[in-house]
This record gives sequence, C-alpha cells and structure tokens, in this order.
Amino acid sequence: MSDTVTVTLKTFRFNAETDYLPYYKHYEMEVGKDELMLDLLNRIKWEHDGSFSYRRSCRHGICGACGIKVNGKATLACKQNALELVKLFGNELLIEPQSTKRAVKDMIIDKKDFWDKHAAVKPYVVADIDPHPEHETKQSIEEFNKFLDADLCIQCGSCHYACPVVEVNEDYFGPAAFVAAYRFTVDTRDEAGEERLELTAQMGQGVWDCVKCFECAEACPKEINPIEKITKLHNLQFEKKVAVSNVATRHAEGFVRSIKRHGFLDEADIVIYSEGYLGMYKHLKTAVKMLKAGKIHWQDSLPFVDNVPKSKNLSEIQKLIEISQTNKL
Amino acid sequence: MMSNLKYALFTGCTAKQSTPELLSSTLAVAEKLGIEITILEEASCCGASHLQDFDEFLAHVLNARNICYAEKLGMTMITICNTCQLNSAMTKHALDTDPELKARVNEKLAEVGLEYKGTSEIKHFLYALIEDYGLEKIKDQVKVPLSQFNIAPFYGCHNIRPSELHHNVNGGENPYNPTSLDQLIEALEGHPVDYDHKNKCCGFHVELQANHTSEVLAGNAMVDAIDNNADLMVTPCPLCHLKMDTYQDDIGHVIGRDVELPVLHMPQMVALALGCTEKEIGLNFHVQKATQIYSEAQN
Repeated sequence: MSDTVTVTLKTFRFNAETDYLPYYKHYEMEVGKDELMLDLLNRIKWEHDGSFSYRRSCRHGICGACGIKVNGKATLACKQNALELVKLFGNELLIEPQSTKRAVKDMIIDKKDFWDKHAAVKPYVVADIDPHPEHETKQSIEEFNKFLDADLCIQCGSCHYACPVVEVNEDYFGPAAFVAAYRFTVDTRDEAGEERLELTAQMGQGVWDCVKCFECAEACPKEINPIEKITKLHNLQFEKKVAVSNVATRHAEGFVRSIKRHGFLDEADIVIYSEGYLGMYKHLKTAVKMLKAGKIHWQDSLPFVDNVPKSKNLSEIQKLIEISQTNKL
Repeated sequence: MMSNLKYALFTGCTAKQSTPELLSSTLAVAEKLGIEITILEEASCCGASHLQDFDEFLAHVLNARNICYAEKLGMTMITICNTCQLNSAMTKHALDTDPELKARVNEKLAEVGLEYKGTSEIKHFLYALIEDYGLEKIKDQVKVPLSQFNIAPFYGCHNIRPSELHHNVNGGENPYNPTSLDQLIEALEGHPVDYDHKNKCCGFHVELQANHTSEVLAGNAMVDAIDNNADLMVTPCPLCHLKMDTYQDDIGHVIGRDVELPVLHMPQMVALALGCTEKEIGLNFHVQKATQIYSEAQN
C-alpha cells in the first residue's frame, strides 16, 4: 500500500561566488503525508546534492531561519506540510528563496536590508529605569493584550519579502519593521512611542507608502496580520497628534470631508484637497483626458463644483460622523 | 432568462462618478441574466482603506450602516469594486467576531434608528455570477463569443487577499493562483492570458503620495500582460481599471516603454459577450481608446 505522492521540486539554485546566473534543478521524490517542506529540503541535500544550502535551526517555527517561497507563497519550511502545498499548486512545486535577487547561495539570502530597517525603528523597550528597582514594572492583562500578537513576530522576513513596495522603494521600512514599531509603541513601559510614530509617519519610508495589497497578511506564518498594525500606526499618528498636514494625511482625512457633504467620495475634490491648488498642475493632463472621455461629469453643473450624487438619508451619515469621529488632523 | 437571484447592490463611489460604464454594464448583465438588483441608494463611501487610516472606528460605523440597509431588504449585498468588497467585509468580520465593538457601533447606529445584526452576506458580483448563477448557464447565453481576444485577467488585491476573509462567501480563491476570471473568460469563449502579475497590486492606493511606486507596480503588470500577447485586460475592480486605463501615459513614461492596452471592467466583458448594447457597455468612457473592441467582437 502506497500513500505517497510523486512530487517534482523545481528548485532555485545559485552560488553567488561561482555562478553567473541562477538556474532551476528538478528533483523528483515520493512524499508522504506527514512530511514537511523542511524534510524535502533535507532530502535534496542528503539524497541528491550535499552542496544544496538553506538556513534551518529550531524546527519549531520559532527561529525564523527557514523562510522560503513555494510557488510564490511565503512559508516557513519547518511548519509547512508538503502535501498541503501539492493540493494547492499541483505535483510540481517551485522552490525559491524569499527574494531571488538577494540570493547568496540557493535558499540563503542576504537579509541586510531587513535587519537594518528592523533596527531603525528601535525594536525594544526604551525606558529610563532605576538599575536597582524596588518593584517589578507591572502590566495589566489589558495592557499586555495590546501587543500580544505583534510580539509573536519571529523576524523570518516572510512579509518583508512579499511586500511589493520593498522591491520598488528601497527607503520603505516594510511590514515587519512596522509590526515591531507598533509592538513597542503601544507597550505602556516604553517611552519612545512618539519618536517611532514620527519615523513611521515620514513619506518614503513610513506607513503612508503602503499600497494596501495585503500580501503581508497573506505571508505571515504567525498570523500577525501586519497591515492591521500598519492601520493602527496610521490611526495612532492622529490620536497622538504626530500627523503633519501633507498630501497623504489630507487624503485620508479628506474622505470625512467628502462623505459629510455627499455620502459618497467626491473624486475631484479629494485630489484638489490632498494636493492643494498648486499641486494640481501634476494632474491637469489626466484631468483633461478624463473630461474628454466623460469620466468627469459636467452635464448637471460645472465640473469640480459640487457635482457629486448624494446618498439618500444623507443626514444620517452626517449625524453618525458627528457622534463617531474620534480623530482630527 | 429568469433566475431567482436577488441582490442589494452597493455601487461604491466610482461607478457613480468616473466609471459610469461599470454601473451600466453591471445592470445590463443582471437584466440579461434575470438577476434582480436593488441599488442601495442610502449607502455611503466605504472609506476606500484611506478613511480607515484616519479613523478606523468611524469607518466601521459607516460600513455597518451600509450593511444595515442590505439587511433590511433581507438580501446579500453585492459589490462591484474590490475595495468596497474588502472594506465592507472587514467591518462585517470585525463586528461578527468582536461583540464589544459591535455594541459600540450599534450604540452609534441606534442614534439614527438602525441596528447592525450580521444577517447579510457580502460578495463581489464576480462570485455572484460564477458561484450563484453558474458558469455553465452563462456559457449557454453567449451571443458574441470573445474567441478573437487574448484577455489578461487582472484580479485586484482586495478580492483575493486576505484569503481568510474571502473563504466563506467571496470566491475563496487561492491568492497565489486565482482562477475565477480565467474560467469566466473561457466560458465567454475568450482566451485567458497566463502571466505572473495577474494577482499582483496595481498601486492605485498610493497614486498621490508615492507616485513612482504606483506607476512601477501598474507598469510591471501591464508589461507582463502585453509581453504575453494580451489584446486587452479585464478586472473586477474599478480602482485597478482607473489606475491602468487613465494613467497609461504616465506609467509608460516611468517604465520606459509604451503600455497601450484597453482595460475592461469584468461586467463590460460579460455584457459584450451576452450581446448588450454599445451604450450599455460604455467603452467610450475609457481614456485608452477601447471602442473598437465592440465592433471587432461583432465580426
């Protein structure tokens, strides 16, 4: 009786010291129902090619060393059942490092950008405490629960190297650094919250450059949901009065202005309000094209002037904003 | 053909403003298939993930209010925008799993005589067509086969990620290899284009504050589709459509090559194949010239 499945591992191979280009090698093996991806990586090394390289250490999903991508899906090799992936992607699995362009040897990548950005947000409690305290620094369950899930981060890099912004903008901190920034900012023992919020509020490197693709939420093997923490950092900027008026903060706040007036978003107004009248020159070319195509309406009145359909029962919406709005810019 | 499907339609903002072709083609498809649609005229903006950044609680209150009106009708709420889908579904999930938040939101809603109960499902029109109506039944009604077109499906992030949120009622796609749009294209006798970027981000949400990122992400996807012989692209999300249709010149400028590709809304493609009128399909509202697709399809 055979309850194994024949699986082909199309495996990324590269040695930065000797290879001009990476290549993919196929390894075929019989895979049993209890085998993990790490077992298959071991079998490549032990049964096929002893030079095959990958990081691994704890085998318990806690050290974060064995992060790889299988058919584009970020995963921890030691946590991931192999046949689950066969079910998802079929009998040929594409095994790649988290970031092919950072490959050093096979699955091993240079994570310098990850660690530099992680360190930049001060991922530790900053507190001026007596070196010989008489009492422990107590925390309530509620205070602890604020960062409980964010604290589960093992710095595996799965979310960081799944994030498309990290690939396009080298200044961008990335989701893992944001999770760390959030985790220590909401820690009641910490005193560097404002500094972290200012760091993560800056354009280019901060949370306003997040494209909201949810790749990080999908990638995290510890189910931390990094983008949820990114949203919380956004909100904290306003709550703690760290937010400065710029195109991104006005864009977020401008939604309230529009919804109050129309229920719907006023698509022209949000651009003008966010960019300012001077900043509008960048969009004139596009605006003219949109006018020509009939995307900006002027049948009823002048374009850009209160020409948005209004929600029925608009007064309800206005009342709800009045009694529910908690943040201000 | 009649069906017994009835939905409450949350149009979102773009379908009422810059993409009127999305609303007209959606209604035309529904009428052809005998699907009864009630537009939620009371609905407000979903916050588009930006209001959420400013005031998450307020965004939950407004989205809960929208859902209340679908609940009053006793219908499933359908969306025609991925971002409306995600933000509405995130509020529903938050309220259905956090009784304390639900109570706080309902306390506000009570002030305007509403109560969020959690009785209506929320799903994108794409999955209403595929799962509730059925691909086979759509196939039977194709009047204008799209056999001459190579069509690149562009799924849009907010219908496929986070997969946990979409598993129960909204397609439950494999976010690393979604297939629904490919299947729909095949049912309409078109040829789906297989390309790596079909499940990637278009960059719409940082159009204003991180323009370069936005153009590069959109450009990467368009170039990939074009290099795999796409004649046109189709997307269930009007924000992906706006990014990739309206900004083609800017994208081409940043990416360093022309990216001329008509980008259709999913309901426009279905309307075309079902033989809806040129006016209903509304290809004239595109910035990148797309009107030729209608006449080409009829030949």
